[in-house]
Amino acid sequence: MHELSLIASVFDVLEEQAREHGAIRVSRVVLRIGVMSGVVPDLLESAFEIYKKGTLAESARLEIIRVAVRVRCPDCGGESVREDSDFRCAACGSRRVEIVEGRELVVETIDLEA
Amino acid sequence: MTTKTLTVVRDLLASNKQAATAIRQELRSRGILGVNLLSSPGSGKTTLLEALADRFRDRYRMAVIEGDIETERDAERIRAKGVPARQITTGGACHLEARMIGKVLGDVPAEIDFLFVENVGNLVCPASYDLGEDLRLVLLSTPEGDDKPAKYPAAFLSADAFVVTKADLLPYLPFDPARATAEALAIKPALAVFTVSAVRGDGLDALTAYLVEALERLRSGRA
Repeated sequence: MHELSLIASVFDVLEEQAREHGAIRVSRVVLRIGVMSGVVPDLLESAFEIYKKGTLAESARLEIIRVAVRVRCPDCGGESVREDSDFRCAACGSRRVEIVEGRELVVETIDLEA
Repeated sequence: MTTKTLTVVRDLLASNKQAATAIRQELRSRGILGVNLLSSPGSGKTTLLEALADRFRDRYRMAVIEGDIETERDAERIRAKGVPARQITTGGACHLEARMIGKVLGDVPAEIDFLFVENVGNLVCPASYDLGEDLRLVLLSTPEGDDKPAKYPAAFLSADAFVVTKADLLPYLPFDPARATAEALAIKPALAVFTVSAVRGDGLDALTAYLVEALERLRSGRA
């Protein structure tokens, strides 16, 4: 339930970027949210709707790109997308995988109006 | 009016990560192993810390930072063991953030070996926040059920060790430690796994050995 504090961080980025680029409004925000990031997209959307009132993003639309877990395997060199909390390499079953995607919480793009 | 799409790619946890990195450097430079404990409420984090206080007595010095929504109860239990404890009451927040730890770090005695942080009881939100620890333990108590790792994968994915607690209750519960372990290892194959009973003492030798080994690794600069 820390979605509101994450949205506060989104607005820090929005305000800073709008100021830097002389924009008067933000019309769209795109977030990349990993499925293993520990946040719930629905709650992020609700928090965004509450937070945006009276800000320069008052009429902005929030888009969330869900990022699946992708693992890289040092044993067979393969990369695979994994689901169902089983993060072993899909190709060779190795457990020594490295998670390369799926945990991110990122502001990807912002549409600014000047 | 002109609209332009700006690619920013900014990590929302960047400021927390920055604060956590500063804490980690500070603790390492003082030769202190930071350990973050994650679990649901009532899984036995405080009881485990009490048991570790007894095990470490006269051999290793520890301090505890307690995270709770309200009350000083956990810190009082730890102090009753003769261990310095600093309570953080979040007043509603569901997890600790690195900045909260940074603020109280000055209250932690300098001459210690282990700094345990008992996070707010919650198997979801604390997983996202690095507190500057070098070791993260995720606890699951036997009454909670052996199907929890796959239901809360982010917590297990973020941890270094998985501790099954309340092993003394195993005869009375359908909890299968092998199932819980298999689920946890499918999520994070590198997890160290321990099964303990803090009240009876089972498994505590292995867990303390693991903690001491991590401390030695940190002090020899191999962390």
